[in-house]
Amino acid sequence: MAYFDAASTEPLHPAAREALLEALEGGWADPQRLYGPARRARMLLERARAQVAASLGARPDETSFTSSGTQAVHLGMLGTLHARRRAGRHLVVSAVEHSSVLHTAGQHERDGGKVTTVGVDRSGRVDPEEFAAALRPDTALACLQSANHEVGTLQPVTEVAEACRAARVPLLVDAAQSAGRVPIPGGWSLLTASAHKWGGPPGVGVLVVRKNTRWRSPLPEDDRESRRVPGYENVPGIAAAAAALEAYRGEMELDAPRLSALVELIRERVPRLIDDVEVIGDPVERLPHLVTFSCLYVEGEALLTELDRLGFEVSSGSSCTADTLRPSHVLEAMGVITHGNVRVSLSRGTRAADVDRFLAVLPGAVDRLRQTSGVTG
Amino acid sequence: MALKRRRAVREAPPEAPPVSTGPAALVTIDALGRKCPIPIIMLAERIGEVPVGGIIAVKADDVAARTDVPAWCRMKSQDFVWEETLPRGWAFHVRRTY
Repeated sequence: MAYFDAASTEPLHPAAREALLEALEGGWADPQRLYGPARRARMLLERARAQVAASLGARPDETSFTSSGTQAVHLGMLGTLHARRRAGRHLVVSAVEHSSVLHTAGQHERDGGKVTTVGVDRSGRVDPEEFAAALRPDTALACLQSANHEVGTLQPVTEVAEACRAARVPLLVDAAQSAGRVPIPGGWSLLTASAHKWGGPPGVGVLVVRKNTRWRSPLPEDDRESRRVPGYENVPGIAAAAAALEAYRGEMELDAPRLSALVELIRERVPRLIDDVEVIGDPVERLPHLVTFSCLYVEGEALLTELDRLGFEVSSGSSCTADTLRPSHVLEAMGVITHGNVRVSLSRGTRAADVDRFLAVLPGAVDRLRQTSGVTG
Repeated sequence: MALKRRRAVREAPPEAPPVSTGPAALVTIDALGRKCPIPIIMLAERIGEVPVGGIIAVKADDVAARTDVPAWCRMKSQDFVWEETLPRGWAFHVRRTY
């Protein structure tokens, strides 16, 4: 099998497994206590915090661990909206944010807040000027992802961060798809990420709240994680996440250009091998490992099932299924075909031979499905 | 070129697009109740039934068709002319260009 779904989750990095086992043995005690094993757990936790903070361009005391990337987004958004509610109740988000951001925005709106959604162009990118124009005197928070999770397009975070700073609006950057893979632009007030996207274990997210950013816990406070995240710390998971991030980042410096070239190959070949296909997302300003294309006249789920049978684990943004009954909000916002959508996201060490084999079997798979549905050229 | 503010948030109902009454369709395809990609498969199969310059309409109630029909027109260089709101679903009007 070839695993092409790193954007959903990256397989556990060997460095994470090693650190996890070590910390299960040596970091099991309560890091807040004052005896020997507790001090060892505390040391592991703080070392992990320093590692992750340095990787993300933050200070250790600004960095907290959550139970997931989604929880980091929820706490980051709700805590800022709560602390700044006297400034106003207006929230700005892009149309292509992760569902954790959009669901929080939906709840804020149902609670009487105001939300402005900034649209994107055909490549999935927001226009920084349009984003800046959405900021108002009563804007409490703005959210922009570092890169899109479905199509890989990088967002103009630096320009948007400048506009937010000029308007004195905190900016939350959801860096789940890019942390560990590409450098994170600066200028943000809050940053969120998720360890299983960089080869860490599931169940560890990161919330960074910059000094001087007003934030108050939207949940009943307790004394863990600088009062930002309630609940007992997952020290072994956090230690593994930090070890994975460091190892992964080091490898990505070498591996990202190679993966990017494989993505380039897919971007270039697929439209030549298959009729009526559109490669979507920005061809240049993109994540190194992710490419998405849509095949006309093909049901996305049928194509994923067929590719699975042929040995390829891929994902799709389209969801023309009974359980959602909605097309992908990202594809919809971009105005591209929402069906027949395939997202290929390469993981650490994906081999060129796997990509070659994928390109060899894909045209036949699409062709078979088109014939089944009665489309003939 | 850019598509701006198509949706408020995902839960919000779709914004009404600019609706104008346009030229009448020579052929109307009924794809009501059919899921994507069936409506545009039917459109692609039957657009040849109208002459170049003529209008063909697709009736569909799968919300994906609202994105897919205009996107299909762009990819296949056909003209998306207008969208009519029906009691159930929409009728998408397309002008055949070649």
